[in-house]
Amino acid sequence: MSRKVFSAVIRGAHGFVKEAEAAWEKAVDEHGEKAELKFPETAFALPMILALTGRKVQTLADCEPVLKHCREDLLREVPSDEVWLPYLGHGLDAGAATLFAQEILGAVEHLNGFEPDDGYLGFLSDTAMREIGIQLVDGRMPGFAAILGPAPTDEIAVNTVRELQKRNILIFPVANRDGETMKEQLDRQNVQTGWDTYIVPTGPRTLDAIYVLNWAVRSALTFGGLKPGKFQDILQYSRDRVFAFGITFGNIPDDWYATGAGAILMGYPVISDSDDTPEVRPTGVTTYEALVRETDAEELVPTCIEVRGVKVKIEEIDIPVSFAAAFEGERVRRDDMQVEFGGKSSHCVEYLHMAEMDDITDGSIEVVGADIDEVEVGASVDMGIEVLVAGREMQEDFEGILERQIHRYLNHATGVMHIGQRHLVWLRFSKTAFEQGFRLKHIGNILHAKLHDEYGKIVDKVAVRIVTEPDALKDLMERAEAAYEARDLRLAGLTDEEVDVFYSCTLCQTFAPNHVCVVSPERQGLCGAYDWLDCKAAFQISPEGCNQPIPKGRTRDKAMGEWEGVNEFVYDHSNRSVERYCQYSLMHHPMTSCGCFECIVAIVPEANGVMVVNREYGGMTPIGMEFSTLAGQVGGGVQTPGFLGIGRRYILSEKFISYEGGFKRIVWLPKEIKDAMREELEERAEEEGVPDFVDKIADETVATDSKSLMAFLQEVDHPALEMESLLGVPGSRRD
Amino acid sequence: MAGNGNRTSVDDASQQMIDHAAACGFELAWDRYQALLPQCDFGKLGICCTNCVLGPCRIDPFGEGAECGVCGATADTIAARNLARHVACGAASHSDHGRDVVRTLLETAQGKAEGYEIKNETKLYALAEQFGIETDGKDLRQVALEVAETALADFGRQEGVLRLVSRAPEPLQKKWQRMGVTPTGIDADVVRLMHATHMGVDNDPIHILKQVIRTALSDGWGGSMYATDCSDILFGGPEPIRSRANLGVLRPNAVNVVVHGHEPTLSEMLVAAAQSPDIRNLAEEAGADGFQLAGICCTANEILMRHGIPIAGNFLQQELALATGAVDAMVVDVQCVFPSAVKIAKDMSTRIISTSKKAAFEGVEQIEFDEEHALQSAKKILTAAVEAFKQRDPAAADLPDSSEHLVAGYTVESIFSTLGGTYRPLFRPLNRGIMDGRLRGVAGVVGCNNVKITHDWGHVEMVKELIRNDVLVVQTGCSAIACAKAGLMRPEAADLYAGKGLKEICDAVGIAPVLHVGSCVDNSRILLACVEMVKEGGLGDDLSDLPVAGAAPEWMSEKAMAIATYVAASGIFTVLSEPFPVMGSKAVRQYLTEGMEADFGGMLAFEQDPVAAAHLMIDHINKKREALGLTEMMYEMPEPARKAAAPAK
Repeated sequence: MSRKVFSAVIRGAHGFVKEAEAAWEKAVDEHGEKAELKFPETAFALPMILALTGRKVQTLADCEPVLKHCREDLLREVPSDEVWLPYLGHGLDAGAATLFAQEILGAVEHLNGFEPDDGYLGFLSDTAMREIGIQLVDGRMPGFAAILGPAPTDEIAVNTVRELQKRNILIFPVANRDGETMKEQLDRQNVQTGWDTYIVPTGPRTLDAIYVLNWAVRSALTFGGLKPGKFQDILQYSRDRVFAFGITFGNIPDDWYATGAGAILMGYPVISDSDDTPEVRPTGVTTYEALVRETDAEELVPTCIEVRGVKVKIEEIDIPVSFAAAFEGERVRRDDMQVEFGGKSSHCVEYLHMAEMDDITDGSIEVVGADIDEVEVGASVDMGIEVLVAGREMQEDFEGILERQIHRYLNHATGVMHIGQRHLVWLRFSKTAFEQGFRLKHIGNILHAKLHDEYGKIVDKVAVRIVTEPDALKDLMERAEAAYEARDLRLAGLTDEEVDVFYSCTLCQTFAPNHVCVVSPERQGLCGAYDWLDCKAAFQISPEGCNQPIPKGRTRDKAMGEWEGVNEFVYDHSNRSVERYCQYSLMHHPMTSCGCFECIVAIVPEANGVMVVNREYGGMTPIGMEFSTLAGQVGGGVQTPGFLGIGRRYILSEKFISYEGGFKRIVWLPKEIKDAMREELEERAEEEGVPDFVDKIADETVATDSKSLMAFLQEVDHPALEMESLLGVPGSRRD
Repeated sequence: MAGNGNRTSVDDASQQMIDHAAACGFELAWDRYQALLPQCDFGKLGICCTNCVLGPCRIDPFGEGAECGVCGATADTIAARNLARHVACGAASHSDHGRDVVRTLLETAQGKAEGYEIKNETKLYALAEQFGIETDGKDLRQVALEVAETALADFGRQEGVLRLVSRAPEPLQKKWQRMGVTPTGIDADVVRLMHATHMGVDNDPIHILKQVIRTALSDGWGGSMYATDCSDILFGGPEPIRSRANLGVLRPNAVNVVVHGHEPTLSEMLVAAAQSPDIRNLAEEAGADGFQLAGICCTANEILMRHGIPIAGNFLQQELALATGAVDAMVVDVQCVFPSAVKIAKDMSTRIISTSKKAAFEGVEQIEFDEEHALQSAKKILTAAVEAFKQRDPAAADLPDSSEHLVAGYTVESIFSTLGGTYRPLFRPLNRGIMDGRLRGVAGVVGCNNVKITHDWGHVEMVKELIRNDVLVVQTGCSAIACAKAGLMRPEAADLYAGKGLKEICDAVGIAPVLHVGSCVDNSRILLACVEMVKEGGLGDDLSDLPVAGAAPEWMSEKAMAIATYVAASGIFTVLSEPFPVMGSKAVRQYLTEGMEADFGGMLAFEQDPVAAAHLMIDHINKKREALGLTEMMYEMPEPARKAAAPAK
C-alpha cells in the first residue's frame, strides 16, 4: 500500500519542517536575521534549495520564504483513510519539503558552531564533489548508495559494504536506530572508512542524509551546467546521470520515509530489507521501481543494482584477492606487510614498451627468479616488472601513458599497495593477500586483463615478465632507464611550434556544452589529466571521441597564440559561441572553462600581476574571493578575460600566459603549491633570469588581502611592479 | 432496449425514482420513447432527405424501390449530407459555448463583467506565449484582452489555419494537410459545411465526409478547446477534488438549486452568490438549512471540477430530479435540456428558470443572464429559489438517499502534478506504466445517456471491463457521472475492479482507475493529454501510434457525432453504441469504419454491447502495443469477458 508509505512520508515531512521552523526562529532570536548561513567549502549557497528553487539562502532571513513555501505549498494533509486524494505528487512535494527543511536545519547548526562527530564527514565539500562526482556522472564510478541505519548484524553490515565496494559503489552510511549506527558496526569489524575506501559516513542522524543528497545535486549544477532553479532539468539529470540508491535496514520510521521521498524525487530508488515495507513498484519518477523490498541479506546488493539499473562491469580477473577501484586508497601498513619491493631498502622498476606482434605471446606471464614463497615475512626484495605490448595501432608515444596505468591497476587489488612510478616504485603485499595465495605472477594477470580491457583498441597482445633474478633485473633496469631518458627528451623537447596540430578535449561538453579545451604540447588540459600526448593517444584509440586533432592553420598572431585553424575549430565546436581564441593570453580571447580546472589564474590589477589559487586551498585570496566564489565566475564555457581555469603544471610552461609576460606576473600562490612545486618553480625562475623569484611570490602566510599583498610585493621588489601595465597590453601586436 | 434485464436504469436511485414517477403518473423520456415505437427506419439509416421540398425523398434500402431522390441524390450523397448537418450542429453547439466563454474573458479584461476575474494566470500566460503575444511590461488585463481578442479572431477567421491546430503532433497536422481538412475558422467551417449540404452542391459522399471532418476538427481543436482553455483561465484550473454524485445529494431541508445544461459562466456565479451573506440570510429566514447546489449534465461537471459541487445526476436523470419534488429551482442554460421539464414541474413548487438568451421555453420563467450583471442575476435566481422553497410541500418530496463518493478534477495540468508534484511534473509514470506493461493503455469513455440502452449500463459495464483489463479510463460528460455514481471514481475502486497492473499504478499514485476530466467540451483535454503522452516519448510520434481508444457507449446527441468524428480524425479508434444514422449508405459506412484509418490513423466502430465494444478497444490497444514493440503485459489477461448483452426489457 503506497498510501501507507506516502502517509508516513507526509507525517515525516511535517516533522522536519516543524523542527526547521523552530530552529530557525530560535536562531533569529539569538543571532538576528542578518546572520550569515553557509556550509563549509562550497560555492553553492545551501545547494539543494539553490538547485531546486533558484533561491540563494545566505542569511537567516533568506530562509523565511523557503520555510513558507514548504509549509504552504509543499506540505499537504496526510491521505485520508477513505476517498483519498492522489498522494504521489503530494508525497514527492513532502520529499522536497524534507530536503529543504533538513538543509536549513543543517545550516542553522553550522551557524551555531556545529562540528561533525569524530569519523563523520558532515557536509561534503565542492572539492569532494568535483573529484568524486565527476566519476559518478562520467560513469567511472557506477553509483553510490546511502545506507540508513545499522544492519541487523555486524556481519551483514560488513558483507553489504564489501559487496558494494567490489562493484566500486560509493557508500554513505547515515542515521541510527536507537543510537546504533552502521559506522559503529564497521568500526567494530575494523573496516576502514573514509573517501579512500569508498565508505563515507556523513553523520549518525537521519538529517545527515541531506549531505549526501545536496552533494549529489551539485553535480547537476557543476557537470551538468544546469542553472539553479531549473528544477526539472536538474532532477532529470540526477535521475539519468547519477546512479544512486538508498538502502534501509529494519522498519522504516516516518523521518526515514520522508528522506526517502526526497531521494525518490531525485530519481534514486530505495531498497528496504524489512518485511513491513510496502512496495512502490511502478516506475517513471525513478528509472525503475521506486521502493522495493528485499529481505534476503545476500540478495540485497544485487537487488539494488537491478532496481537502479546501475551498470557495473565486474572485472573477472583470475587472482585470489578482490579487485576493484574501491580498494585503490587502501594502505598496507608495515605490521600487515608480507613483503615489499622498492622503497627505502630495495629497488623496484616498471617498464612498459612496444614489441613486434610476432615476438610475444598474448597472456604470457613469466616469473624470472624466485617467487616470494621463500622470503621471510617483512622482507624487502628487488624486483622489476616488464610489460611488452604489441598492437597494430600501438606507438612508442603510448608507452608512457600505458605504463602509468600500472599504478592504478595494481592498487585495485586488495592487499596490494603501489606508490610511485618508473624506477621509483614502492610495492607492498599484505599478509592477508599472501595467505589468500597472491603471488608475483598475479601482477601479470592484472596487467594483462586491464590493459586489454581499457586499451583494447591499441593493444592486441600483452606479455608480462616479473624479474627478481639479479642479472636479469640489472639488464631490465638499464633498458628502462635509457627509455625514460629518451621519453623525457621527447616530451620535454616538444614545443607548440614544432607540431602542426593541437588536440581538442570536449569531454566535458556534456556538462559545459560550449567549452573546448585546446591542448598543446606546452599547455595541458585544464583538469590536469590530459596532456598533448594523452590526447593524441586518445584520438588514436577512439577516432570519433572527444579528443580531435586541430590543425593550427595560418598564424594570425604568434605572440597571442592565435591561429585560423584553431579559431575555426573552436567556433564550430563551441556551438558558435566563441569566435576568437588565443592560446597564450589571459586578457584577450582566453580559453573558456568547463568547471574541472585544478587552479584558477586571476588578475590582481593593483599588483599588475596575477595570482594562482588551487582547488584545495580553502582560505581567502588577496582579491577578496575564495576559490569557490571564483570558480562560479570562471566556469560554464564563457570567455572571462582576466580569469583562467588551468591545470597546475601549466604554471611551469614557457607559454604560461606568455602574451602578458608569463611566469613573472605571478604575485601570489598558496603555500601548498609553492612547497610541492618549489624545485620546478625555481628552475623556471632561473630560465626567466630571476633566480630568487619564488620567494618574491606572496602566499597566504604573508597576505590574504590586497593591502598586505602590496606591502609585501614592494618590500621584495617584485618584478611585476615594473612590467608593462597588465591592463594596458594591447589586443594584438600584429597590427 | 439493449441492456440489463428488466431494469430501466442500473442505478438504484434512478430506478427508485422511475418507479416513483410511474406511481405518480409523471411521464418520462422512456414512456415517450415507448409511445414512439416503431421509430422511422429511413431516418435511422440516414436515407431520408428533407433538404428541399422536392422531397421528402426516401431511398429504398433493399434496392427494390427508389434508388435516388428527385434531384438524383443517391443514398450515399443523402446519408453523407445528413451526417454533415448533424456534425455541423454539434460543432456549432460546442463552438458557440466556447465563444461565450471567450467573450466573457474579453469582457472581464475590459472590466465589463461583474464578479469575474482571471483566476489562472499561468494558463493565460501560456496561451499568450503560444499566440506569440508579447507580455513584458503589460498588465494582466491587457494580456487577457489580447488573448481573448486573438482567440475570438479564430472564430471569425476566414483564411489560414486555426491557431490551436499547432498543438497537434506534426505528423497529424501533415495528415490533415494532405487530406485537405485542416480547419480554417470555427464559424466559417460550419457555414461552409452547411452550404455543402444544400440541395445540389456537394454530391460526392467522400468529399462531403472530408468537409465533415474539417468542421469536426475545428470543434475539437477549436471551439471546444477554447471553451476549456478560457474556462480554466477565468474560473481556475481544476485540481483533484472530492465530491458526491446522485440524487441523494439533494437535502430535504435545504434550498435545492439544480443547475442543468452546459455553460459554466452563470453557474460559477451561482456558486459565489450562494456564499454571500445576504442570500444565505434569505435562506435561513425561510427556515432552510442553507443552499444545496447540485448539477446535472455538463454544467454539473464544470462546477464539480472546480468547486467540488455535487452532482445530482446525468442526462436521463433530469426528469427524475424534478420528480423528487425537492428541487426548488432548476436553472437551465443550453443543450440537452428536456422541454418536458416544464410539464413535471408544473404540479410542484419547483421553478424552472431559463437563463440563456438562446434558449426559451414556453411557460418558463426567463431570468436572462448577462455577464455584465452576473452576480445580480445569480442572486435574483437564488432569491426565486428561496421563494419556491417556502412553497415546497414537504410531503411531496421523495428523495432517494443514495449518493456515491468520487474524486474529480483531472486535467492535463493536474495530471502532471498528480504524478510528480511541484518539482517533478511529468507524464513519465503514465508512459512508463504503459511501456512496462502494467497499463495496457488508456481509454476515453464519454457521451450521453440514451433511452435505447438501460440507463448507465453501457457506461458502467464498458468501463468495468476496460479497467479489469488494465486499461486506465478517462471520462467526461454524462458517462463520467454514470461511473461516478457506480463508485468507479473512488480511489478504493482500484481494489474492487481494476486489473493487477492498473491496480499497482492506482496504488502508487493514489488515484481511482477511472478519472473524471470534465465536461463534454473538455474532451479537448483528452486530446491534449494524448499529445503530452506523445511528447513524453516512448509511445510513437503521433496520436495514432498510442495504445489508446475512445468510446461513447450511450450517446445520443449531435455533439457526440462531432466529437466522435474529430477524435477518429485525430487518429484515435472510437467505438459508438448506436450506429451513426448513415448505415443506408455503404460508401459512407465503409469510409467511417474502414477507409478513414488509412487517411487519419483512426476510425469508428459501432457496437451496442458495451463489453464487446470494450474488447474492440482492447484489441485495438493490443494492436498498437504490438506495433510499438512494447513488452508483453506484466500480468495475465483476466478471464474471458462474459457473453453479449442481456435481453432487452
